[in-house]
Amino acid sequence: MVALVTPTPRPHEGAPQSAMPAISLSVNGKPVAGEYEARTLLCDLLRGPLALTGTHVGCDTSQCGACVVLIDGDPVKSCAMLAAQAEGCEITTIEGLAGDGKLHPMQEAFRDQHALQCGFCTPGMILTSVALARNNPALGEEDVAKGLEGNLCRCTGYRNIIRAVMAGAKEMAEQGDV
Amino acid sequence: MYEFRYHRPGTLEDAEKAFSKGDDPLFLAGGQTTLPVMKQRLASPSDLIDLVRIPELRGISLKQDTLTIGAMTCHEDVARSADVKSALPALAGLAGDIGDPAVRSRGTLGGSIANNDPAADYPAALVALGASVHTPSRVIAAQDFFTGMFETALEEGEMIVKVTFPVPEYAAYAKFPNPASRYATVGVFVARTQDGIRVAVTGAGPCVFRAGEFEKALEGDFSANALDGVSISPDGLNSDLHASAAYRANLIGVMARRAVAKLS
Repeated sequence: MVALVTPTPRPHEGAPQSAMPAISLSVNGKPVAGEYEARTLLCDLLRGPLALTGTHVGCDTSQCGACVVLIDGDPVKSCAMLAAQAEGCEITTIEGLAGDGKLHPMQEAFRDQHALQCGFCTPGMILTSVALARNNPALGEEDVAKGLEGNLCRCTGYRNIIRAVMAGAKEMAEQGDV
Repeated sequence: MYEFRYHRPGTLEDAEKAFSKGDDPLFLAGGQTTLPVMKQRLASPSDLIDLVRIPELRGISLKQDTLTIGAMTCHEDVARSADVKSALPALAGLAGDIGDPAVRSRGTLGGSIANNDPAADYPAALVALGASVHTPSRVIAAQDFFTGMFETALEEGEMIVKVTFPVPEYAAYAKFPNPASRYATVGVFVARTQDGIRVAVTGAGPCVFRAGEFEKALEGDFSANALDGVSISPDGLNSDLHASAAYRANLIGVMARRAVAKLS
């Protein structure tokens, strides 16, 4: 719930701004460093300067979960986090999941189970599911439904997504990705 | 979002200093409310003071009959903590049902109670458990902390360091979540504490409140049936597109019964 108040005019017009914060973090195992405006959202850093456009911005109001990335292993909405808040963190985007030209088991499962149609929500779905599987060794369908409460899909109706997450989690456990 | 100055102090003193120097500063905890509100330009602070690097604000500990949770502890850490699960499983469950996993990775206890959203979950737990909110200079009883809609007893520039919860004999929380946001349409936290039965209600009114009639009824007979015939007036309760005041008043009884039923 957000307070319904009249938008305040910009109160600090012309106020001198401090130097842009220097940010250094790791994205998909590679170090990234630079100076960006303080208001730069993590999703904008990823999609703009870093050109990692697999992170999708769906609603931009932290409701849809398309922009979820992993930060030190935890799912986070990158549209509701400043790049500066990720200082020193390890970020994993959808581009960082596959290795050696081979899809991650969760990506493979989404393909096998036809768990996507337009694919827009898929990066956030998959990253949220990877974290969910790692945190819950004995994942049930109800856990998956609850775990994906923050990820909206407007195409599939979710049944195939749940099936894919169950299959992907099983494969991850067999490969020791826990 | 308008540009601002970003600060990441490492001590409480530096955080206070940065706050005192800003024209219109704001503390930043997990940012799950602050950043969306800034993106809508409903807030435009001159300075954001990120509390993430202040060690005193972090951590969970259990000593004797007191559970202590640092203000910057995220909901997921509260939900998964072995100490919270053993001493206060109702609180671990409450934290694990806030929002969704991504919100729980970032949103914090301190941020939630400082914002005092009328539909937030934590205020009900703090009030029912008789928790204390610790700032660098004083200790505020939860009952006195939540003063109104989005209003708290915090002074300008006063941070929350930690919250201490006396471990109750038993406690349970039941909420009717808004199906989109998972905020509480109505949430009821019931606890048997050293001071007797306490029932705190969130989501229903402009601010968390205690349901005195429910407490009296449960003091005599701690069972869901004891609440038969006890009701809360819809006067003054929230009414919006999600639920009318009368519906919320009814939900208070339903959620209170569900919470009690979890314990009996």
